[in-house]
Amino acid sequence: MTLITSTINAKDPTFQANHEAMQKVVDDLYAKVAQIKQGGGAKYQERHLARGKLLPRQRIEKLLDPGSAFLEVGQFAAWDCYDDYVPAAGVVAGIGTVEGVQCMIVANDATVKGGTYYPLTVKKHLRAQEIAERCQLPCIYLVDSGGANLPQQDEVFPDRDHFGRIFFNQANMSAKGIPQIAVVMGLCTAGGAYVPAMADESIIVKEQGTIFLAGPPLVKAATGEEVSAEELGGADVHTKISGVADHYALNDDHALALARRAVSRLNYQPALPLTPTAVKPPRYPASELYGIVGTDLRKPYDVREVIARIVDDSDLDEFKQNYGATLVTGFARIHGYPVGIVANNGILFSESAQKGAHFIELCAQRKIPLVFLQNITGFMVGKKYEAEGIAKHGAKMVTAVSCAQVPKFTVLIGGSYGAGNYGMCGRAYDPTLMFMWPNARISVMGGEQAAGVMAQVSKDNLARQGQSMSAEQERALKQPIVDQYEQQGHPYYASARLWDDGIIDPAQTRAVLGLSLAAANNAPIADTRFGVFRM
Amino acid sequence: MLQKLLIANRGEIACRIMRTARQMGIRTVAVYSAADANAQHVKLADESVYIGPAPSSESYLVIDKIIAAAQATGADAIHPGYGFLSENERFAEACAKHGLIFVGPPIPAIAAMGSKSAAKAIMSDAEVPLVPGYHGDDQDLDTLRAEAEKIGFPVLLKAAYGGGGKGMRVVNHSGEFTEALQSAKREAQAAFSNDKMLLEKYLGNPRHVEIQVFCDQHGNAVYLSERDCSVQRRHQKVIEEAPAPSISEFTRKAMGEAAVRAAQAINYEGAGTVEFLLDTNSKFYFMEMNTRLQVEHPVTELITGQDLVQWQLLVASGEPLPLAQEQIQLNGHAFEARIYAEDPAHEFLPSTGPLTVLRTPELSAHVRIDSGVIEGDEVSAYYDPMIAKLIVWGSNRTGALRRLVTALNDFRVAGVRTNVDFLRSIANHPQFQRAELSTRFIERHEQDLFADTSALEDDYATMAALAELVQSQQSQQAWFANPGLQLNQPAQFTLTLQHDGQPYSVTLTAHGDGWQRLPDQRVWRASWQHDRFRIHCNERSFFAHVLAAAGDITVMTEVASIRLQRYDVLLELQHEQATGGMVAPMNGTVVAVLVANGDEVAEGQPLLVMEAMKMEYTIRASHAGTVEQIFYESGELVSDGAELVRLSASA
Repeated sequence: MTLITSTINAKDPTFQANHEAMQKVVDDLYAKVAQIKQGGGAKYQERHLARGKLLPRQRIEKLLDPGSAFLEVGQFAAWDCYDDYVPAAGVVAGIGTVEGVQCMIVANDATVKGGTYYPLTVKKHLRAQEIAERCQLPCIYLVDSGGANLPQQDEVFPDRDHFGRIFFNQANMSAKGIPQIAVVMGLCTAGGAYVPAMADESIIVKEQGTIFLAGPPLVKAATGEEVSAEELGGADVHTKISGVADHYALNDDHALALARRAVSRLNYQPALPLTPTAVKPPRYPASELYGIVGTDLRKPYDVREVIARIVDDSDLDEFKQNYGATLVTGFARIHGYPVGIVANNGILFSESAQKGAHFIELCAQRKIPLVFLQNITGFMVGKKYEAEGIAKHGAKMVTAVSCAQVPKFTVLIGGSYGAGNYGMCGRAYDPTLMFMWPNARISVMGGEQAAGVMAQVSKDNLARQGQSMSAEQERALKQPIVDQYEQQGHPYYASARLWDDGIIDPAQTRAVLGLSLAAANNAPIADTRFGVFRM
Repeated sequence: MLQKLLIANRGEIACRIMRTARQMGIRTVAVYSAADANAQHVKLADESVYIGPAPSSESYLVIDKIIAAAQATGADAIHPGYGFLSENERFAEACAKHGLIFVGPPIPAIAAMGSKSAAKAIMSDAEVPLVPGYHGDDQDLDTLRAEAEKIGFPVLLKAAYGGGGKGMRVVNHSGEFTEALQSAKREAQAAFSNDKMLLEKYLGNPRHVEIQVFCDQHGNAVYLSERDCSVQRRHQKVIEEAPAPSISEFTRKAMGEAAVRAAQAINYEGAGTVEFLLDTNSKFYFMEMNTRLQVEHPVTELITGQDLVQWQLLVASGEPLPLAQEQIQLNGHAFEARIYAEDPAHEFLPSTGPLTVLRTPELSAHVRIDSGVIEGDEVSAYYDPMIAKLIVWGSNRTGALRRLVTALNDFRVAGVRTNVDFLRSIANHPQFQRAELSTRFIERHEQDLFADTSALEDDYATMAALAELVQSQQSQQAWFANPGLQLNQPAQFTLTLQHDGQPYSVTLTAHGDGWQRLPDQRVWRASWQHDRFRIHCNERSFFAHVLAAAGDITVMTEVASIRLQRYDVLLELQHEQATGGMVAPMNGTVVAVLVANGDEVAEGQPLLVMEAMKMEYTIRASHAGTVEQIFYESGELVSDGAELVRLSASA
């Protein structure tokens, strides 16, 4: 055993100040999520309930096994992105267990703009499918949507990763044996009609669910035929006449019970390449993470204090402990699952990058999932470092991260800047799931650095013209850049655009990683073949 | 000595008799009906004989079958237990005719006590006190008043040909007599066309005290103390104790000797019980004599240290009584509580079905359980739904009573409803604790004993959800180790229960290391402690048992035991669709079929009448339609949930 011994003192004023600062951003996070959970707001929720329908989160709760956690993805999608208020991008998605089978659930929220698809709705739906495909999770679509948001058709319809990709994914997942189940609990119009039609098995709710390529107004416009929605594509039509839906449900409760029953007889066998051992909780409380980390990204701390509050028994078997010390690598378990931890503990040097590449190779060879705890301002700069080939050493780590076929999980626990983001498995490197702490920031470089670079370029230009810049002018130039970086690097901004899969309370990190590992364990782990490493 | 004993009974008493027989080296034969093929008494016996279908009228009550079973197995004696054929003189005659020893009294003694009026005449001759009364034909007002004065007020006026309380009056003083008599006569005349009146001493607050007697074939007779069985519900004993509290030695001796005289008056042999009513002035009056072993005999065993079944078998073998009167010593105090599968909240309707959980208190020198079932067995609708007898001993009444309450707390049953809470509320009742007993105890304290537990249901549902949560937390699976986890919000856990088919949700929200059921602000926590939960609610903590079985969850604390039902929408709909709701609400018997195939019926029209435990239930049409099929005939037994009638789909 190689237990981490924490040296934290909860009475330390710095710890307490950190705690307070983190608590504040976590409180704000909880408040925003509480608001997001209200969907389209009280008025629309009441109207929805008055129709005898359940709200999307109620539907998910009834669909899941009692006590099952729900690992939501894209909770902040579309936050503050459009003139319209579109919480969670009008679709709730996440992983939970149904009859003991881990499933990806995608539930439209008809209280949010009728459940129509905004560009980020499409992006979120596709991301949920991508996760499902990667982890081989059966998909359950709880459909209640008016289809594409017509005013934004150019952003949702034509491109590769637009609306049509949903059905492409359904077909291809089905082809891979990943079950696709649709429950039609409301509108399912036009393109949306393909969700149940493309599903392996579908359920429709009496007098609520309707499936048609063209709704009554369009039919009337096109042919003059007058027909009610129920006559055109209601549950009776589709279960008795057309065969577009398979099971007839009397109400939402019934439909969800039928969906559970459908899952119970999938005969679905997860691959389970990893065998978890008995779970031991960490020796230190997760709540102390607030006081350790704080919100000031410039304040250093030993990342082992963070690891000690995430891994089983606070047990980390470090690899190359004394080499490239600004990167901590080691073997541990989370909720019993074996993992390789890669965590920043300062700026990346050539040695740390080589160490990282070596460790990632080990994990890929041994088929051990990787967990990246990202807090990186970047690689070291300067003549000496360029000369020793820090670019090629960094490239080794990026190659290793890119090619590793093991499940990869990235948590942004602090800064995520520049090439550091690449080597530490940023979004472009296809982590199976990626989360962000509310204190974290992401951008090509820090706001101060970017402003400094811009100021320096301006000063150089002025100098060539024999002019100089006053301190006042410099501040005026830098401030908007700093402000822009702060806004765009903020977790709400990032998560709203689905640059990650969600913001998480640091105290939930261990639980979230445990769930992520359990989800990923449904899929087999492929052999890794690495590209050319520049030596 | 007997060689092989056939026990013409079932359940706990059959098991109890077999245990003693085995100890005495007597081989045992069980008889069983179709419903009892796997019953404990069959497993316990050396041999067993199948005697017919489940209804006792076709099995346990069929004399020929029992005699044939005894002959086939070579048994030399038959123990009838209690109930069934135990006081049936024809059965005793059949035994005698076939050379079998009937473990019980001689035939004339059974016959003599079988008729209540004849029994009273015999007792009167033997100077056993009877309730004073006047049964004469002379109905003259003065005669009646004189007789009333002679009996002593209060006096009960009863219509000679009456019933149901009509023509009945309690007269407290002689001044009220004339008026009461006239009004009673008028009422009797109107109701029964006969105004003949009987007079009886009115016993306002009597206790039921009975004496255990034993006689052998050599003229010896003893009494083994008395039992107080005052706590009764519709003449069914609920809790019995021995010795009867606060009785003087003088009264005890007088009653004992009267009981022995009663037994000797009919040349009794074996175990018998002479039941008396004891009034508040320590006057006692003969009620009846039971010529068998009583259900409540164990309390006598615990305070005398004797095995009454052993005594019975010795006497039946012709041996003398093991002890003489002066050798019988009483030690301490004993209680018996009868644990029944019944629903006290619904007129004590039998609650039949599988005993999915049956955990009894730990047995010791002071705690005895007589039972004929184990966990997994079925409580059948065909027979008495008794699960077990709990018998406890203490060096005095207070100690025994404390032990009774503790043992009742440790009784855990799921699958059927039980009277355990009801028994406990009696045992905990201050009047019972002070031994202020009477046969009207339950009636008088109804308000206290049938506490409405519906107000508790909410908290018990919370505890059920909490228990599921804790169980989930024990899971090694990441998905359940943090039950109800959601991102950036307190975890939520929901248990969906139902009330009469209507679902309701119990949602717990994480709060610190505990849980809240909002908007209630109380914080709940639970942890396993051995086999039970320690529940914390704000500053309080207590133990609870939560027993989950398929569709229901039983939550038990020292205060109450509440059975909750899970909601399963598919089951509900299936039920509704398959039957239109026309199903048996409980196990029972169909007593009337009111429609025929092809009848057009309106919604709500009565279709069929069922009876269960003397209560009638009318099954009505769930919708208008045509009767397609009727599945049961009058007289047939139906089980809970069985479809009774099918109607065509509503137009």
